[in-house]
Amino acid sequence: MNRIYMDNAATTAISAEALNAMLPCFGQVFGNASSIHSTGRDARKKLEEARRTVAGLLGAKPNEIYFTSGGTESDNWAIKGAAFANRHKGNHIITSQIEHHAVLHTCQWLEKQGFEITYLPVDEYGVVNPADVEKAITDKTILISVMAANNEIGTIQPIAEIGKIAREHKITFHTDAVQAVGAIHVNVNDWNVDMLSLSAHKFHGPKGVGALYIRTGCKAEQFLHGGAQERGRRATTENLPGIVGLAAAMEKAVGSLEENACKIMYLRDKLIDGILSAIPHTRLNGHRMQRLPGNVNVSVRFIEGEALLLRLDLAGIAGSSGSACTSGSLDPSHVLLAIGLPHEIAHGSLRLSLSDNNTEEEVDEVLKVLPEIVTSLRAMSPLYEQFLQEEK
Amino acid sequence: MYSEKVMDHFTNPRNVGEIENADGVGLVGNAKCGDIMKMYLKVEDGVIVDVKFKTFGCGAAIATSSMATEMVKGKTLQEALQLTNKAVAEALDGLPPVKMHCSLLAEEAIHAAVEDYMKNHPEAVK
Repeated sequence: MNRIYMDNAATTAISAEALNAMLPCFGQVFGNASSIHSTGRDARKKLEEARRTVAGLLGAKPNEIYFTSGGTESDNWAIKGAAFANRHKGNHIITSQIEHHAVLHTCQWLEKQGFEITYLPVDEYGVVNPADVEKAITDKTILISVMAANNEIGTIQPIAEIGKIAREHKITFHTDAVQAVGAIHVNVNDWNVDMLSLSAHKFHGPKGVGALYIRTGCKAEQFLHGGAQERGRRATTENLPGIVGLAAAMEKAVGSLEENACKIMYLRDKLIDGILSAIPHTRLNGHRMQRLPGNVNVSVRFIEGEALLLRLDLAGIAGSSGSACTSGSLDPSHVLLAIGLPHEIAHGSLRLSLSDNNTEEEVDEVLKVLPEIVTSLRAMSPLYEQFLQEEK
Repeated sequence: MYSEKVMDHFTNPRNVGEIENADGVGLVGNAKCGDIMKMYLKVEDGVIVDVKFKTFGCGAAIATSSMATEMVKGKTLQEALQLTNKAVAEALDGLPPVKMHCSLLAEEAIHAAVEDYMKNHPEAVK
């Protein structure tokens, strides 16, 4: 059976460019970038090349790029690092209710350390209102962290506006751009951000590697202690294959962004329109326009998301859901609840996330298979039975 | 994460549907938590001669409903009341720990349907 992979927001297939760039680092270029000898210097050269590439693609300076183990570490470092470095100025942090858990759980931990966190609500499309950010600022506010684009519903935030507000109030501004880099135009200066998190495996790079941009002059505590790597701010021998793969993948993703976005958005819109028109009692989650090119998130009433995913998987289609059963807790996705969905509708959510590897034939196949699966699951749903009785 | 038996009962659930004029109906769970099970019984001479279910829920919820109906079909009401969630889970070759509550729901749904029958047929409870 041909597999149709539509879970690119979870992770992507590695690109040939990234893999080929990495291979020498598993062989000849095995050195430790901190070593003084030629073998070490070869590694150092590749490391700094990668740093220049990443910096250039973000509009940053090379010495503002710090390589990490991924998006989660970048978010942890940015938030904890800025919180403790600015503790003498205040203890208040502003974020949103729909952040990734890498941000939310970090903030919840900081609350236990004596910080106060404001979790801003979002509107029905998942958009943070910049005016709410400004209103939440107090003389104790030391950090604002709002994601660039949401991983579940794909909503793109008004980051440049929020950044402008943070700048005017001289407050450090971090954005989790894990879903944005490689998908939409990202520039740290256009966005007025002081810190930005990214992760390689979301744009056809390898897993286990990411980066944190820290603007010159922005205060953030050292994250790992034990060496002088990453300009003394993150100890540990650099993951050279990963870093080189990240840079190569990012170069390709950002370089072909416009062309890919055009193609992916066409597929996305075909999927959204196809699902909403072919299957009654469905709704689109997230903003129709301010949306990541590859994100489709719909709620299918009267059925549960995990059952839907399992049936899709049996048909060779990989997607994801915000249902409680897939989150490992009793509550459905915090993002779907934050945009105001009742629990039972949030349980029936389906996310299909596309990349440039997807084709129109795949979209057509999903549009053929999905309605049949929904019909069969609804036929055994007591909620649907109840709904039909109430309709009569 | 699911055993083959769970996937089998999820993919080809047994006894799906409704029984018109059922002798006993059990409805448990709530949509907020993401699981609702409804069981319908047809009873003759204290024996469950037919049972059907409808379930809104995850793969494990559907599979446990299906297995529970198979386990009580042809059994007496008293036997059905002794059905435990553990027995349902074991019959499915086990469930992931986070899904054990689904088997509990299946047990409760069967018990609720039997109790509904007994409430409507007090003469049967002697």
